[in-house]
Amino acid sequence: MARTDGVRPLFTWTRNKTAKSTAATGAGVAEEVTHIKDAEHAGAWQLAWWKFRKHRLAVASGIVVICIYLVAAFAEFLAPQGAGDYSARYTYAPPQQLHIWDNGEFGLYVHGYKVRVNPESFAREFVIDPETKIPVGLFVRGAPYKLWNFIPSNIHLIGPVKAGQPMYLWGADRLGRDMLSRVIHGTRVSMTVGLVGVSLSLVFGIILGGLSGYYGGGIDTAIQRVIEFLLAIPTIPLWMGLAAAIPPTLPPLQVYFMITIILSLVGWTGLARVVRGRFLAMKNEDFVTAARLDGAREMSVIFRHMLPSFASHIIAAVTLAIPVMILSETALSFLGVGLRPPVVSWGVLLQEAQNIRTVATAPWLLLPGVAVITTVLALNFLGDGLRDAADPYSD
Amino acid sequence: MSEPMTADVLKVEKLSIEFQLRTSVFKAVKDVSFSIKRGGTLCLVGESGSGKSVTARSLLQIVDKPGRITSGRIVLTREAEVIDITTLKANGPQIRAVRGGKVGLIFQEPMSALSPFHTIGDQIDEVLQIHLHLEKAEARRRTIELLRQVEIKNPAEMANRYSFEYSGGMRQRVCIAMALACDPDVLIADEPTTALDVTTQAEILDLIKRLQQRRGMAVLLITHDMGVVAEVADEVAVMRNGEIVEKGPVEAIFHDPQHSYTRHLLEATRKLEHNSRERDDRTASRIEPVLSVRNLSKYYGSKQAADGSWSGGLRAVDDVSLDLYPGENLGIVGESGSGKTTLGRLIMRITEPTMGSISYRQADGVTSDVLDMRGAALRAYHAQVRLIFQDPFASLNPRMTVKQIVGDPLRIAGMARGRARDGRVAELLRMVGLSPDTMDRYPHAFSGGQRQRIGIARALALDPRVIVADEATSALDVSIRSQILDLLLDIQTRLDLSFIFISHDISVIRYFCDRVAVMYKGRIVEVGSSQKICTSPDEPYTRALISAVPSPDPRQKRMMHRVRFAPEIADA
Repeated sequence: MARTDGVRPLFTWTRNKTAKSTAATGAGVAEEVTHIKDAEHAGAWQLAWWKFRKHRLAVASGIVVICIYLVAAFAEFLAPQGAGDYSARYTYAPPQQLHIWDNGEFGLYVHGYKVRVNPESFAREFVIDPETKIPVGLFVRGAPYKLWNFIPSNIHLIGPVKAGQPMYLWGADRLGRDMLSRVIHGTRVSMTVGLVGVSLSLVFGIILGGLSGYYGGGIDTAIQRVIEFLLAIPTIPLWMGLAAAIPPTLPPLQVYFMITIILSLVGWTGLARVVRGRFLAMKNEDFVTAARLDGAREMSVIFRHMLPSFASHIIAAVTLAIPVMILSETALSFLGVGLRPPVVSWGVLLQEAQNIRTVATAPWLLLPGVAVITTVLALNFLGDGLRDAADPYSD
Repeated sequence: MSEPMTADVLKVEKLSIEFQLRTSVFKAVKDVSFSIKRGGTLCLVGESGSGKSVTARSLLQIVDKPGRITSGRIVLTREAEVIDITTLKANGPQIRAVRGGKVGLIFQEPMSALSPFHTIGDQIDEVLQIHLHLEKAEARRRTIELLRQVEIKNPAEMANRYSFEYSGGMRQRVCIAMALACDPDVLIADEPTTALDVTTQAEILDLIKRLQQRRGMAVLLITHDMGVVAEVADEVAVMRNGEIVEKGPVEAIFHDPQHSYTRHLLEATRKLEHNSRERDDRTASRIEPVLSVRNLSKYYGSKQAADGSWSGGLRAVDDVSLDLYPGENLGIVGESGSGKTTLGRLIMRITEPTMGSISYRQADGVTSDVLDMRGAALRAYHAQVRLIFQDPFASLNPRMTVKQIVGDPLRIAGMARGRARDGRVAELLRMVGLSPDTMDRYPHAFSGGQRQRIGIARALALDPRVIVADEATSALDVSIRSQILDLLLDIQTRLDLSFIFISHDISVIRYFCDRVAVMYKGRIVEVGSSQKICTSPDEPYTRALISAVPSPDPRQKRMMHRVRFAPEIADA
């Protein structure tokens, strides 16, 4: 049959992609044919991936997000020191620069510190001493740890060759703890709060949003009013109230879970609305009606036809919900009602930077904030890209 | 060209438009040349994707990005003044003076062409104020005069209304008034009547024709409908794949077409001018109907009084009774809002009726009430009475392969598994004229016509006895339309099916159906053989409807001698 009847130029881009490579060579014709075939046989996920791939910023952000989660996964190995390791000798030590070339050949080193007394304030302060060289190595042995709590090791990606020598690439805090190590350890908590919180929200959101959108009527009205009520409560006071109710005697792990539950208490509303909206839109789609006329039962209609059609939308919504969670946790911990030391999260670390005088003398205490900003931006860009790619048939 | 230059208001020479895509260039329009004489009508006709709309838009330099004019000239002549539109800067003052001033444009969708936030009068005033620098009061006076010219009743009062208070036909009249506000030399109408009902279409085309004669304006009409072309064109240019394959006077194009594509288009249109099923009128009374609908009604928002009478609300389907006999094609024809689609949905039990009954006679002669069916009985009914949807894009799940889509009814019914199911799907695909090799592809790999074939294959999967086709061919181009109709007729004779064919398109109904029921405002006004309905209907509404259908022959312009149905004119 001739393909003149209303062919939408839906896949011009896949064809064009190959058209460039085929322009020169005749052999490329075969390649082009196979690629068009690919597009015809490509499922929705494949198409979504192709569309996502065109979104450069989102792809780059995706790589950043993956890297951040890898950091969270291998925190103990990547951090030069343990989360709580301190050294009274190096309080507020400034960041050192990592030198890569040692006299023209590859060799890592940092310069040592020299203590100087400020002539005006008579305060002790550190200055970098260009005379001393502290050799730095990769895969060095340092403080022992248990990776994921069961693999014992003491190998760190980077650290001073001679254990005990000072290396503070991102500076040190008031107890002489390495900021870099603490930010890396904090990554694990902050990033997983996002994931766990969103997973909880997702369960609530899909169930309640699904009920709301699919059945409509009274159930819909009830759930929507609950959502509106929850959204009407100012979030920070609500969180603070709930967080204050957590008994201070609880072990840190339980506090952590309580916090995620508190965060998802409000977080599910957004996802429930997304799910409800998709259900409403999908319910009257012709192909859903067609499935019903084919004799499909309700559950089959939902799981075989409707859910796959908006799974990608949910993934995008989830990606956009994670940064909100991370920010919420940071806010709570910063205010001192969230996670508490000795747990290390970005919010907990930023608590140290509450004092303007400390920030003025030791601005590197704000570095956890940079980590938060980078992560939230990357997740938002990724989420935007995923949202665009979620519906590969619209263009 | 041989015509003297002075007669051409608009002359397009070797126009090419390209769309710069990410890695390649899509040539939407290739070396297109045509010209329009003062007072003349040129129809640019072609199927979807032929580049006709892009060509029209380029005349005002409103081609959507990333499209751009790569070569050619568009010369607009007004007395001594000669403007080459292609040389004007996009969005510069000169091109803005052309847009709406020298060249007026009417869009296809009168719904979205008007702003819902401003009154109709304000919108037309704005055009006059910008182009003619009129004072507010003077502009309003002109606006009212324009609305009177496009035959809007009570123009002074209607000018203060909003677009949502206007019907589709009235909105298109407003768009015409707006396009004509500054006495343009050229009026471009891009599918101005495609979104309208056939009677409204006739009114609008008639209005454009009369205004054109009065003002001596040139009209460029973009359309896909050969019938419309025959009714209004002086000259015709046939476009295909971005090129004009043939152009000439309307007589020559229709009675002596040179290009095979023109002939193909005409054949596809003319084929639908007569009935395909030249058979005797069935003596229906002897056969039991397979489906019979009695006093079926669907009211929205109506309230029932204590005495059982209904008041208020919308009567989408009102007291409809129909019989469908085995092997018969029953057409249901009506304009938008006549309730024909709701009737189809009621028969399919997608929507529940307010009252009435539907009885279905099974193959073994047992008759059962469709409205009482639940669970397994309803599933059995849905296996035997199938629906073909209007939109071939929305009705196929984009996330399933053709094999899954066509095989799904079989899977659910548990009729065939594995190889056997694949074999059945292949057989169904072959039956609808698709290669079984395409089974593993997704719907997006298919064109509109091919998708509709897939939808038909799905409908046939469970060996149905009745098929309800709801505007099954409306979304398709004319040449594909007749192919699909022939396919359905072929399948019908092979499988002994009965069809309920719902359409707004008289020509499709005439070609396909044995009997026709005409619906108007939820009621059936007339039922009869398609021969009778299409040639000598009894009811005045049907007469008006039939006479408004454009005839694809410029020597028999039907529309201009049409019969008018009084209530309809009041609405349009």
